[in-house]
Amino acid sequence: MPKDHGIGASPKRREDVRFLTGAGQYTDDINVYGQTYVHFLRSDVAHGRINSVNTEVASAMPGVVRIFTGADFDGIGGLPCGWQVTDKHGEPMKEPAHPVLAQGKVRHVGDPIAAVVAESLEEARNAAEAIEVDIEELPAAVNMKAALAEGAPKVHDDLSDNLCYDWQFGSDQADVDAAFEKAAHVTTLELVNNRLVANPMEPRVALGDYSRANDESTLYTTSQNPHVIRLLMGAFVLGIPEHKLRVVAPDVGGGFGTKIFHYAEEAFCTFAARQINRPVKWTSTRSEAFMSDAHGRDHVTKIELALDAENNFIGLRTDTLANMGAYLSTFSSSVPTWLHGTLMAGNYKTPAIQVNVKAVFTNTVPVDAYRGAGRPEATFQLERLVDKAARELGVDPIALRRQNFITSFPYETPVAVAYDTGDYVATMDKLEEMIDRAGFDARRKESEAKGKLRGLGINCYIEACGIAPSNLVGQLGARAGLYDAATVRVNATGSISVMVGAHSHGQGHETAFPQVVAEMLGIDESMIDIVHGDSSKIPFGMGTYGSRSLAVCGSAMVRATEKIINKAKKIAGHLLEASEADIELKDGQFTVAGTDKSVAWGDVTLAAYVPHNYPLEDIEPGLEETAFYDPSNFTYPAGAYACEVELDPETGKVTIERFAAADDFGNVVNPMIVEGQVHGGLAQGIGQALLETCSYDEDGQLLSASYMDYAMPRADDVPFYAVDHSCATPCTHNPLGVKGCGEAGAIGSPPAVVNAVIDALHSGGHTQVTHIDMPVSPGRVWAAMHG
Amino acid sequence: MYSFDMVRPTSVADAVAALGQEDAQALSGGQTLIPTLKQRLAMPSVLVSLSGIDELKGLSVSDGVMEIKGATTHATVAREGGDYPGLAALAANIGDPAVRNRGTIGGSIANNDPSACYPAAALGSGATIVTNTREIAADEFFQGMFTTALEEGEIVTAVRFPIPEKAAYMKFEQPASRFALVGVFVAKYADGVRVAVTGASNDGVHRWSAAEEALSANFAPDAVEGLSVPADNMIADLHGSAAYRAHLVGVMTKRAVAAAD
Amino acid sequence: MTDVTMTVNGKPVTRSVRGNTLMTEFLREELRLTGTHVGCDTSQCGACVIHVNGADVKACTMFAAEAEGAEVTTIEGMANADGSLNVIQQAFQDHHGLQCGFCTPGMVMTAAALLRDNPRPTEHEIRDYLEGNICRCTGYHNIVKAIMAASGQDVSAIAAE
Repeated sequence: MPKDHGIGASPKRREDVRFLTGAGQYTDDINVYGQTYVHFLRSDVAHGRINSVNTEVASAMPGVVRIFTGADFDGIGGLPCGWQVTDKHGEPMKEPAHPVLAQGKVRHVGDPIAAVVAESLEEARNAAEAIEVDIEELPAAVNMKAALAEGAPKVHDDLSDNLCYDWQFGSDQADVDAAFEKAAHVTTLELVNNRLVANPMEPRVALGDYSRANDESTLYTTSQNPHVIRLLMGAFVLGIPEHKLRVVAPDVGGGFGTKIFHYAEEAFCTFAARQINRPVKWTSTRSEAFMSDAHGRDHVTKIELALDAENNFIGLRTDTLANMGAYLSTFSSSVPTWLHGTLMAGNYKTPAIQVNVKAVFTNTVPVDAYRGAGRPEATFQLERLVDKAARELGVDPIALRRQNFITSFPYETPVAVAYDTGDYVATMDKLEEMIDRAGFDARRKESEAKGKLRGLGINCYIEACGIAPSNLVGQLGARAGLYDAATVRVNATGSISVMVGAHSHGQGHETAFPQVVAEMLGIDESMIDIVHGDSSKIPFGMGTYGSRSLAVCGSAMVRATEKIINKAKKIAGHLLEASEADIELKDGQFTVAGTDKSVAWGDVTLAAYVPHNYPLEDIEPGLEETAFYDPSNFTYPAGAYACEVELDPETGKVTIERFAAADDFGNVVNPMIVEGQVHGGLAQGIGQALLETCSYDEDGQLLSASYMDYAMPRADDVPFYAVDHSCATPCTHNPLGVKGCGEAGAIGSPPAVVNAVIDALHSGGHTQVTHIDMPVSPGRVWAAMHG
Repeated sequence: MYSFDMVRPTSVADAVAALGQEDAQALSGGQTLIPTLKQRLAMPSVLVSLSGIDELKGLSVSDGVMEIKGATTHATVAREGGDYPGLAALAANIGDPAVRNRGTIGGSIANNDPSACYPAAALGSGATIVTNTREIAADEFFQGMFTTALEEGEIVTAVRFPIPEKAAYMKFEQPASRFALVGVFVAKYADGVRVAVTGASNDGVHRWSAAEEALSANFAPDAVEGLSVPADNMIADLHGSAAYRAHLVGVMTKRAVAAAD
Repeated sequence: MTDVTMTVNGKPVTRSVRGNTLMTEFLREELRLTGTHVGCDTSQCGACVIHVNGADVKACTMFAAEAEGAEVTTIEGMANADGSLNVIQQAFQDHHGLQCGFCTPGMVMTAAALLRDNPRPTEHEIRDYLEGNICRCTGYHNIVKAIMAASGQDVSAIAAE
């Protein structure tokens, strides 16, 4: 019998009512009296020297309040990068300036040159067209290999070249070399992890407001982490002290990573509102989003696997070029390194692993974390490679994986992380049960009878989530702590507001977090509300990304609730004239153990705020506690995925017929929400595998600049998914035993899809096709078949 | 968008008069024009909306010809065009449901987007495009991508489709826009077969005469088996090479023949 | 400026609008009905779907002046008279058919249009009808399931809750 409340239950989401009735309040729904509108004049060339920007005519146009250019930001900070990577020679990464508005050069299509603030958006756009910009177009560095070549155009003139860092990580060189020398078989694969655009359905919005009365700035913004924005923008860009800066992220329409980062438009609106003493609002169009939201992925990799004569994995070596784009976005540098290299062991006990990553500046939009961030790139190359190895060796791809699974925990990988728990055999067993492998041959025959090919692809994945232990990431170059925080404020009548540092933009925190507190206190969930998204209301937490909300912020909430319980027991002990050690809390009642003497939750909370009969000499009145939680390790969700495709050999079109996901997320608070997170991740992974790609031409012009050319997965591109999270090995180091579920689907699914396509092609005799780069579009499949 | 005025005449005569103003532009369903205006790629002084003109709406059949008025929506054709099933099926698969409730045949034909569906039906049916001043055969009307025989201020008031014995349209969708990467309309008439191709060519919608000849002799998928379309003038973009598009023309033609009813 | 009169969610409204005022701007800025969302500028995402004279249309691709005399329904007009969620809205909540909520108004409006014409759509028909509505959160699984449930179909056999 499933639980109907508390941890493990699936209550309906309370936030849904406002979203279903049009009552949600997203940033663009907010208007402030006296508001102005900003339009950014953006570069239409990938690389150019700004000779002059003349705003004289434009400034005199109707409705124009003020026009800003790069010169207005002289002496003001640029957008910072939050992670310093040290290269293999011990040198810090190159860290070029990233001005709010372009200064001297434009470096990608979309780089903002000027900002027109006007009474209406239309007037701002009219004036922007009247700005006279003289840009001398320069050759662009677009392709990463070309950008690293001698004599390539330099994205940043003050740097020696376009190499941001050359990073190496893993086992000793000698151990890796030895593994490859003694290998009975080496499988090699070169592949591209396609550049993606996150595309949350709500485009970004920033609304800056300034109160001269108290010298306070407020920024309403579409952010996953308002405190991070306040810290970066206040301390590094605008020099506004935190107590004079409020950042509000109200309802946010999806993030997927791209709303983590601090963007120029946020800083601009906050800055300009102070300059003109009026609110300034920017609402991105979708077209603008394609050239101003940080992109994701974009790796080019060569990976090699060494196997011994018994098909044991004995060595792994990778060489990756990672695109940074034109500037270093907030967490860009960490993605191809610490979020990617540390996952290269996957689910396997490969003893020697070496990861090489060169990060490259190009004249393209900055690249940063997108759902999974580094871990999908690691998983894709490894799981494609293992599949290729199985095919070359003529062995069953599941059996080859099983043979090499890590089976005892904790397990220290050669790439620095320690998996605390897991059971990869169990998730693979579960997957095999879910996919009806025995029935596959019959389904393949049915497809063949229709002139189609059918393929089955499977893979495993592991990820490091619950980001992250602050002391560890600090050693690795992070410039911020990665704890989170929660304040549990119990009101006099017993209702509770929980102020959390995590931000919910689809994850259902408002429903799931109260389930935890209600379970601990034994009270009804309806008595508990979650407050998030407003730096003036919540404690300093680091926000939501990296599948961390419940594992890190939820743990802080547990710690704060434990403090509440401890104090409440003291109060109850006083009221019951018993020792606090004898007080038990169950179902919202405090009882003296072994007696029928009890007081209710509400009696205790009222006593805390109306302390007439209260141990004032021992404890303070009130019932409010804050906890900060810093995890001692990452969490390691893992699983096994399978995809079954049908392929039309005449057109090359691939259709996903079945998809199964067996995940180990540790304990689960709300299964309904967890499954929804997996569904969404799967669609994004399937989208990457079959549909999505962000393409530039050789001049750095964006080819996929709208939904006319960037293929978003739609309802008819995907099937119903079979998902399971019953193979749970709880996390050993956080109080809830949870691992995080937000990214798994996007990490685990792309290799399953491509493996299935290759399987289908081989079944049709196209055995020369060993790999097709994503997206595996009909045109690419057809070309591979006839190539 | 730039600033412009909007007028909503209730007769074709008033619309034509309104279109006589400088930089006036006709607005039919707006499903292509409005996104274009948002990008500031057009700068009309006044938009003349055709959506309030009752005489431009509806379809009728007489003497084996289906006449569809210019401002008739795709949804209406899909719902009421059962006398020409191949055409109704095409209309039912243009864009998405909300787009079909606004988009019109006249707007689609007049715009002649190289990836649009209706131009293939009009050309493949040997339709007649009726304007406020004249009648134009489809073979003369479509003159390359985004180019038609329409004069400034001329409105498509109706399209007349001779109803064939059999017809079908097969569209291979571009995965992002869902427009035709390649679309082929095949119609079998007593005096021969017409094959019109959209989406594929730099010249926009066009007929495939080799296939017409083969299918006129033998209306069967096999009849086009050996035929190939030259890739020289095919569109090549991130969704497909010229060779791939040329290949798809053959595949979609075969499938249209097989599906024709 | 042109005066335009229409009925929005049962209430008559008259406003003076410019020729280039889109229905999305009219609803969001003039009437402050902010449930109709704007997620793209190429008429593809469907976050802005409303009903005009009973037909589902994209409010971002229609001018306000063209709604003269029209009956307009937005997401704000979809709940039952007593304010409770209607059958479709309730099914979306029951089956977790939304996450961030941004595409949701358009999904509900499109689903309502589908079910009016096709009271018991198949999975295939639902997926096909949702072609013009993009969701980035749910992977569509629970949206399709919710629409099937709203049409009275048994969805207990569909994989996962």
